[in-house]
Amino acid sequence: MTAGETHQAIEAIFRIERARLIAGLARVVRNVDLAEELAQDALVIALSQWPGTGVPANPGAWLMTVAKRRAIDAIRRDKMRVRKHEEIARELDGEVDDTPGMIEAAMNDDLGDELLGLIFTACHPVLSADARAALTLRVIGGLTTDEIARAFLSTGAAIAQRIVRAKRTIGKAGLSFEVPRGVERMARLSSVLEVIYLIFNEGYAATVGDDLVRPGLCREAQRLGRMLAGLMPDDAEVFGLLALMEIQASRLPARLGPDGALVPLTGQDRARWDQLLIRRGLDALARAEALGGDGPYALQAALAACHARARSPADTDWPRIAALYDRLRAVMPTPVVDLNRAVAHSMAFGPEAGLRLVDEIADAAALRNYAPLPAARGDFLFRAGRLAEARSEFETAAKLTRNMREAAFLLARADACAENG
Amino acid sequence: MRVMVFVKATEDSEKGFAPTPETMAMMQAMGKYNDELRNAGILLTADGLKPSSEGKRIAFDGPGRRVIDGPFAETRELVAGFWLWEVKDMDEAVAWVKRCPNPMPGPSEIEIRPLYEMADWQE
Repeated sequence: MTAGETHQAIEAIFRIERARLIAGLARVVRNVDLAEELAQDALVIALSQWPGTGVPANPGAWLMTVAKRRAIDAIRRDKMRVRKHEEIARELDGEVDDTPGMIEAAMNDDLGDELLGLIFTACHPVLSADARAALTLRVIGGLTTDEIARAFLSTGAAIAQRIVRAKRTIGKAGLSFEVPRGVERMARLSSVLEVIYLIFNEGYAATVGDDLVRPGLCREAQRLGRMLAGLMPDDAEVFGLLALMEIQASRLPARLGPDGALVPLTGQDRARWDQLLIRRGLDALARAEALGGDGPYALQAALAACHARARSPADTDWPRIAALYDRLRAVMPTPVVDLNRAVAHSMAFGPEAGLRLVDEIADAAALRNYAPLPAARGDFLFRAGRLAEARSEFETAAKLTRNMREAAFLLARADACAENG
Repeated sequence: MRVMVFVKATEDSEKGFAPTPETMAMMQAMGKYNDELRNAGILLTADGLKPSSEGKRIAFDGPGRRVIDGPFAETRELVAGFWLWEVKDMDEAVAWVKRCPNPMPGPSEIEIRPLYEMADWQE
């Protein structure tokens, strides 16, 4: 490696190492904030040294060593809680070893595990879902608070506050930054997957604002999902979630019409679906199924795959989709799944079948004021030729949705009922 | 952004793969590097190409189509393998390529090319 590295190049290296650095440091100092600060200190030192010396052969290990030295210094300076800190300092002293071989061995052995530990901690159920998402995007994804604020249409100050509080909660709860084992692992993993899918969905189906999709947020979630699949290669639901996100993201180029309005699945130009992502999704699904995947994400991915495999809407295997929804309902008994199941049955067996199922769930509290319910009901009624009733359902749905473009789409469907009626 | 990362061919790669201790060690180093790419969440796909002696070119001239059998000249302009990555920017791609083990026994080159994205086709 030559000398004269630019700051830009060094910062790019740092971005690659940042999450692993924070993970390794957080495990020792038990404090995300301090770990972030130490990592940042290491970057400052690299920026002053590397332009002259060139980038070291193993920049990650170099940064880690420097950051751990800073940790020892910081802890020694700190007169508070002396005994506890000396203990940590001794522990760190033992770890800082300059022989490149030792450093490399330490880096290779543990870092995947440490990163996973940080992911599990940032997604810990003691934190609210919003806090988990913000913290994960910050410490794992490396997004700035402003970038996160833009993604969630919040302010930088509000996101910063959310992250500060999340870090404090982690400290107070005394979380260990370890990967949980045994029974706890399953419960904690579902919390991790939930956060990643929440990030994805906020990009895929924006709940607020003018934009229907924010692809950057989807890409961020996909990256997290791919990381997780690399770190947990034997977990079916990890691959189920990855498959689901890859296949759904494959449709992003076709989901918006030229006027910026949402194009429903059946109306999308399938030639614009991203075939690389479909292939990646189908591969991940095959892996999930080989691992015995019958969980909510694997089943949802199997559903998405039915659409991805169909060359045209008419080729869609609706009876298979209806059957998959019957299975999904068993492991994920939510009103939303019930609603989608009704849609699938309407496609497989006719609008009356859909109406029958949707009427069974119409009273569910969770679906009150839920725009997709009247939207689906409107669609069944429309297809059954009951246009006046369909129109009123579409109008109800348009009033309920918070997304302005979706409202426009629903009102257009209401108008179509009037024209045809 | 997506980038295609090409491993350019050399006289060695054009001879084809032979399992020697050196090439096996390189394969192992490359396997480890690919694990890193995968764990970082940036690797979309990757493959190695057989030498151009097994390839064909189709030359277009108006309606004419002429098939040319490999091997092809200008060895160093040929491609020996590729990755497709999803990275945040070109700097990240460059930083990742720099930590790739040298894919060839001698001097070699890796080329990074960004893919056109939807936004590039719009005003």
